[in-house]
Amino acid sequence: MSTTIEQTAIPTGTWNADTVHSGLGFEVPYAVATFSGEVTDFDASLSDGVLKGSARTTSLQVKDESLTAHLQSPEFFDAERHAELTFVSNAIRRNGDDVEIDGDITIKGITKPATLTGTITGPAVDHFGATRVGFKLQTVVDRTQFDMKWNMPLPNGEPALSNEVTLKADLTLVQA
Amino acid sequence: MKVLAISGSLRSDSHNTALLRAAAEEAPAGVELELWDGLKEIPAFDEDDELDPPTAVQAFKDAVKNADAVLIATPEYNASIPGALKNALDWASRPIAANAFRNKPVSVIGASTGAFGAVWAQAELRKVLGTMGARVAEVELAVGHAHERLDDEDVRVGLRDALEALAATAQPAIAA
Repeated sequence: MSTTIEQTAIPTGTWNADTVHSGLGFEVPYAVATFSGEVTDFDASLSDGVLKGSARTTSLQVKDESLTAHLQSPEFFDAERHAELTFVSNAIRRNGDDVEIDGDITIKGITKPATLTGTITGPAVDHFGATRVGFKLQTVVDRTQFDMKWNMPLPNGEPALSNEVTLKADLTLVQA
Repeated sequence: MKVLAISGSLRSDSHNTALLRAAAEEAPAGVELELWDGLKEIPAFDEDDELDPPTAVQAFKDAVKNADAVLIATPEYNASIPGALKNALDWASRPIAANAFRNKPVSVIGASTGAFGAVWAQAELRKVLGTMGARVAEVELAVGHAHERLDDEDVRVGLRDALEALAATAQPAIAA
């Protein structure tokens, strides 16, 4: 006989991101498909029930060098004046493997509330004896609220780039 | 603040060059305008020469780099940017990630003898400069009927506004 227990507890104590096994990125509808990119230099932690993350805008990358330069320019992330984008939670709700996290996202110096949704895995002990917890999270933001208004019209008059951008975080946090 | 003033017109009696001279007269304390006169010397952009650009091109890039900000006055040819001006910007935009205009505060203004004051050329110029990574000030000054209006008080007020917007856009960079 087995018993299923719906976990609702948020891990206590301090957990820091193993950034090699974590990822941070965005997806945005562009013309007929989805354009994506990632931020490689970031950190994240879960401490006393608060999830925090910060990422360096100069590490924002897409597959084309010129587009990377454009995304770091004042029209988009303005990496010269806004070195970091951040997230700080103010409420985490867990229901089994599902998780919802309310917090504030700051991009380009502009702070907006956001709710991240996704899954939580663990805590579980890994093959080296460390205890890890995983979060797979996403949220959709309106980029124009963060002073990123660039667009180009398609021949049919529709804008080439969507304003709705999905931000994705895949975090592995290790118990300190 | 040292402002490089670029006229998109080569004509000796150009209204746009005159508009920049008027801007120099209206410059607030601490703002110094230097009129760039090298546009006619810039050859047609050729990617083959990108890594070892002609002397006139290098001088242009250096002039932009050495300025704290740039003020461009453009006429409108066939509803768009004059070829010579666009050509100079195409040279200066390369390589994109480290180009002279990257993060450079720029204000765009324009004059025409018609009613509309080169508004389309200004809009296209802002788009081009944004793509190059410039910090484009949110200001527009469209001087229609320029042959009879350069001494009008509303034009003078517009010039002061354009320079103040440019200074505001540049301020954090100068402070840093």
